[in-house]
Amino acid sequence: MADDLIAVRTPDEQREALRGTTPPSGRAVGRRRRRRRQGSHVVAHVVLASGALVMAFPFVWQLIMSLSTNAEVQSVTPTIWPETLRWENYAEVFRQLPFLSQLQTSVMITVARTLAQILFCTLAGYAFARMHFRGRNVLLVMVLSILMVPSQVYLLSQYQIVQGLGLLNTFGGLVLPGLFSAFGTFLMRTAFLAMPPELEEAARLDGANPLQIFWRVMLPLARPTMSVLAITASLWSWNELLWPLVVSTFSERMPLSAGLATLVSDRTVDYPVVLAASLMAMAPILILFIALQRRVIDGLASSGLK
Amino acid sequence: MSDSVQQQAPAGQAPSSQAPSSPVPRVRAGRGPVGRGGAPGQPESRRRRKRNDGAWPWLFVAPLAAGIVVFYLWPILQTAWYSLTTFGVFGGATFSGLDNYRQLVADAALYRALGNTLLYTAIVLLGIPIAVYLASLLNLPDLRFASFYRVLYFLPYVAMPTAIAMVWRIIYNGDFGVLNYVLGLVGIEGPYWISTPGAAMVAVALVGLWSSLGFSMIVLGAGLKNIPPDLYEAAELDGASRWNQFRSITVPLLTPSISFLLIITVISSFQLFDLLYAILGSTNPTLPRSMSLVYFFYQAGFVQNDKGYAAAIAMVILLIIGVATAVQFRFQRRWVHGG
Repeated sequence: MADDLIAVRTPDEQREALRGTTPPSGRAVGRRRRRRRQGSHVVAHVVLASGALVMAFPFVWQLIMSLSTNAEVQSVTPTIWPETLRWENYAEVFRQLPFLSQLQTSVMITVARTLAQILFCTLAGYAFARMHFRGRNVLLVMVLSILMVPSQVYLLSQYQIVQGLGLLNTFGGLVLPGLFSAFGTFLMRTAFLAMPPELEEAARLDGANPLQIFWRVMLPLARPTMSVLAITASLWSWNELLWPLVVSTFSERMPLSAGLATLVSDRTVDYPVVLAASLMAMAPILILFIALQRRVIDGLASSGLK
Repeated sequence: MSDSVQQQAPAGQAPSSQAPSSPVPRVRAGRGPVGRGGAPGQPESRRRRKRNDGAWPWLFVAPLAAGIVVFYLWPILQTAWYSLTTFGVFGGATFSGLDNYRQLVADAALYRALGNTLLYTAIVLLGIPIAVYLASLLNLPDLRFASFYRVLYFLPYVAMPTAIAMVWRIIYNGDFGVLNYVLGLVGIEGPYWISTPGAAMVAVALVGLWSSLGFSMIVLGAGLKNIPPDLYEAAELDGASRWNQFRSITVPLLTPSISFLLIITVISSFQLFDLLYAILGSTNPTLPRSMSLVYFFYQAGFVQNDKGYAAAIAMVILLIIGVATAVQFRFQRRWVHGG
């Protein structure tokens, strides 16, 4: 920053000198420029704030409607604020819907997939980046080619495999294909490729075996990328719809994403209760995201994939 | 912040850092034992090649490789085979060559689904210019509340699509939805968004735009950080207006990020399913006319249980995405370097 100011000041001063006025001190120039920028930020704030209002509106509306009565939600003139805040709608969720078992399923799927992806992808990513074995490149091409293929292409037969194993409507069936990730492998491999080889060499000279090198030397360095993988894996597991929809038919066995989606066609449940349920279904990931926002944002910006 | 971005850059082909390299995970195998960043070590790479890791690599790779082969590679081959197969109603399968494809090419539903998907994609793509503008504001130096804004814009991206769809259904409702109420205040009579064929796709696409905007802004923000600030300082000294700075510095220097976003957005838009399923609902009477390609696939494979036909649809989706990506890479090469 300081360098920038100096670099900019020079032509500034030249111009001032040409005009024959005494150049102001560098500090004053910096301050004036900053003030001008701050002033023009008003427009930016107006635009950004009104945009943010649009972005936030559905969440706010969902909260308000979840505390209203069914009649208030369906009133032709929108009810901006309910007459009484009906927190009991949230209790109704547990009474009317299999919310608790769906929540449990969602948590289990997300935890299992995230842990498995971290384990398998880190190991494989390291081997692909730093180890030498026959057939490595062929195997790598096979893994990476999956990144190019939309999920519909393997969905049908994944379903048949799970069906053949008798795992429809079970936890095993829900998590199974998602335990392995080509994207995660790609992500971890790139991270290991970027690490200095000297560290490994030193550890090898000290007589460490590959597992020790991996565990003690390389893994600690890969932690930032592993957290990116954890974030993308859990975000995707929690929100995913198509696979759970296909392999589970009983609503008690579904995760929240599929449970809510299939609820839509059921007209017997009140709107506020559905809204309360969906707000609670989003909440864990939203809270996690807000708590880790910097890491999530940097991680997703660098990984660039859903 | 910029530190950790730097740190992550190699991990994920940071869209902006190196213009020439393709931003999407391309298959980059066969580059020898020394990857990126290992360039200076000629003798070292020789030494390393001699090293024998024995059985260790297989222990490391085996769990993932087994899973990938069983649950991904094999299914891909199987789907390709299924697309050439006709399944009987009571079991039994016969090889039928290109029958499924012939039937598919003559099916009006395919073109309707393709048209709907293209409409959705086009509307979601409108989010990119909006995101470029908003991201350039968000990344102004010393902007207050920047991280607060960033969180708000990003929330829709992490929100579960099926959950947030519930509130959009109510906002879009033709009888009591707040959207039509607001439109009514300015004298516009809104349609029954969710049950009118054309309007339904627009409604879903607007939600898609809403939920992807924050992600686009984040990617663009990383690109904006790489633009040297003195360019703006210099332009300001030359009396360039904010708009001119935006037009002749920000946008041209962002083209790598923008073209990366174009590819990502098109690929993910072609995968439209969750929002459509959750906003319209599986019993919606307009659904046959508002299907996306993936919904069409789901319908064939898992509702009508026609595996051969669904496999053919999947292969067509693969083909379309492949062609679209190739075209964009072509275009990108000219656009990013030609300008």
